Amino acid sequence: MSEIKNFTLNFGPAHPAAHGVLRLVLEMDGEVIQRADPHIGLLHRGTEKLAESKPYNQSIGYMDRLDYVSMMCNEHGYVLALEKMLGIEAPVRAQYIRTMFDEITRILNHLLWIGAHALDVGAMTMFLYAFREREDLMDVYEAVSGARLHATYYRPGGVYRDLPDTMPLHETSRWTDDAEVKRLNKNRGGSVLDFIEDFTNRFPTYVDEYETLLTDNRIWKQRLVDIGIVSPERALQLGLTGAMLRGSGIEWDLRKKQPYAMYDQVDFDIPVGTNGDSYDRYLVRIEEMRQSNNIIKQCVDWLRKNPGSVMHEDHKITQPPREKMKGDMEALIHHFKLATEGYCLPEGEAYAAIEHPKGEFGCYIVSDGANKPYRLKVRAPGFAHMSAMDELTKGHMLADVVTIIGTMDIVFGEVDR
Amino acid sequence: MSKLLQVLKSHLEGVLAEKIQQSVVALNELTIEVSPDDLLSVSLFLRDDNACCFEQLIDICGVDYLTYGETEWDTSGSGFSRGVKREFSFDGDEQDELNKFEGKRFAVVVHLLSIEHNQRIRLKCYCDDNDFPRVNSLQGIWNSANWFEREAFDMFGILFDGHPDLRRILTDYGFIGHPFRKDFPLIGHVDMRYDEEQKRVIYEPVSIEERTLVPRVIRKDQRFTPAVEGDE
Repeated sequence: MSEIKNFTLNFGPAHPAAHGVLRLVLEMDGEVIQRADPHIGLLHRGTEKLAESKPYNQSIGYMDRLDYVSMMCNEHGYVLALEKMLGIEAPVRAQYIRTMFDEITRILNHLLWIGAHALDVGAMTMFLYAFREREDLMDVYEAVSGARLHATYYRPGGVYRDLPDTMPLHETSRWTDDAEVKRLNKNRGGSVLDFIEDFTNRFPTYVDEYETLLTDNRIWKQRLVDIGIVSPERALQLGLTGAMLRGSGIEWDLRKKQPYAMYDQVDFDIPVGTNGDSYDRYLVRIEEMRQSNNIIKQCVDWLRKNPGSVMHEDHKITQPPREKMKGDMEALIHHFKLATEGYCLPEGEAYAAIEHPKGEFGCYIVSDGANKPYRLKVRAPGFAHMSAMDELTKGHMLADVVTIIGTMDIVFGEVDR
Repeated sequence: MSKLLQVLKSHLEGVLAEKIQQSVVALNELTIEVSPDDLLSVSLFLRDDNACCFEQLIDICGVDYLTYGETEWDTSGSGFSRGVKREFSFDGDEQDELNKFEGKRFAVVVHLLSIEHNQRIRLKCYCDDNDFPRVNSLQGIWNSANWFEREAFDMFGILFDGHPDLRRILTDYGFIGHPFRKDFPLIGHVDMRYDEEQKRVIYEPVSIEERTLVPRVIRKDQRFTPAVEGDE
């Protein structure tokens, strides 16, 4: 009998299942993984160093580019840290808008996750289904901020602007004829809120569709059940947060336990798993989508009834309205100072965390009293999850690595920063 | 929330006594400062004590205090200069600048979370030696420290004693320097490009110039000072 030796396998960085630029060096014994050594940093852009050279507001856009599938949640973490240092609070309406968009973002993120995860495991259809719904939500992003992905919509002291009264319409083009345009514009006649409400009414059926495709699917279960089991104790030790922690049966959700924005005013449940395997985490995230949908509904209701300001009134921090600048000297000065210099934070340090779709996303800011952060540290959930890669894959087969990358919901923008 | 933190603070001060160099509650956050020698024992206590139960390590972050409080544009005295003052020249006299710095330069900041008691704490530890910053590794107490420490080592050159695998993590293979140190220029030291003649990727001295778009200013006369001391 010939002797079989261990060998090393290089996975990525350009592998379609590597979710971006993960390079995994796998030590294999046959098809069983002995050790996984993730090489990260191929997408390192030095966001934290860049932020040190810019006034605070100019870094909001960088936050979008961290976890580039849950843009507004990243902004929320950063903006909350700033607000904590400044000692200000956004108006209630702005907080409701943030809550709503956090949940829209959560659905966006989970849709991409389920699409990519299922695609990796071999279910092509899911990807197409998920992107069909993402399209609608990205249109909502576009309607409020002008950008489909990198919104830069949250600001310290509120949100950039109130929800618009009209939803942008599709136009006839070389690729879409009149009938198609009419179909696309069917639910875009009203305001943005109308469109979001229409979406929340449709969405539960879509989730049912996903579940029909996956939940009892034999192949899906064979690939996910008992793969990447994490015990609750290990999950805590490894610094796992979010769905990775809840999948192991620990009921921990910052939205409930340390509420921010308007999460203490809306009604929702925290789903938890029992076995801590990939299948449980799948179920947890599916249920989170349903819960998010409910939260969005409640926010839409509130936002309809309560018009009001969406920006803090202190123009030492927030830009005055454009019309005011035309006639008011002081407003013009405020605008000039904010545009050329920004505002200074008091000396000190603060850490603010939010329940990001992937886990706990936190920003730690050290300020020496200047108009730029002295040190900004972004605590990205994916970084801690990635570091657990070795332990999760040990003893599994090569094909399970793909499942485990999928179940961790890795996005390299935030892991590498 | 604030009251609970005060309770925790006095509990820690009572038990750990002289091991805590300083403890502050600000902005609803409790920060305790320990010396590198006590880091391990304090951490172990924070994890295992019933009133603390910090079973999760959320983050480890290095901080370089080299240019803390320095500005590029003086706003206090005569007022309205237009020139931007460079903090560092990054060439010959760099070493002199470093030698001039007094006090402890590097700090390791650890954020802990207790799921049991729903509370957070910040642990701060200043490294004794500015040229050779080192602290004990927390990897044995919280396994999640592993990569966070590798990151702090990569970015700041802080060494963690007892770490099982202290390699660079985010920077390129063969990278020189620690990019988040304040004496490392934002534009870096080298450019990388593919060379058509040599048919390979080559490194060259950086070709761009660093610019300051918005000068760094510190304004003390803020009209609104949030409750930094208010919680005390």
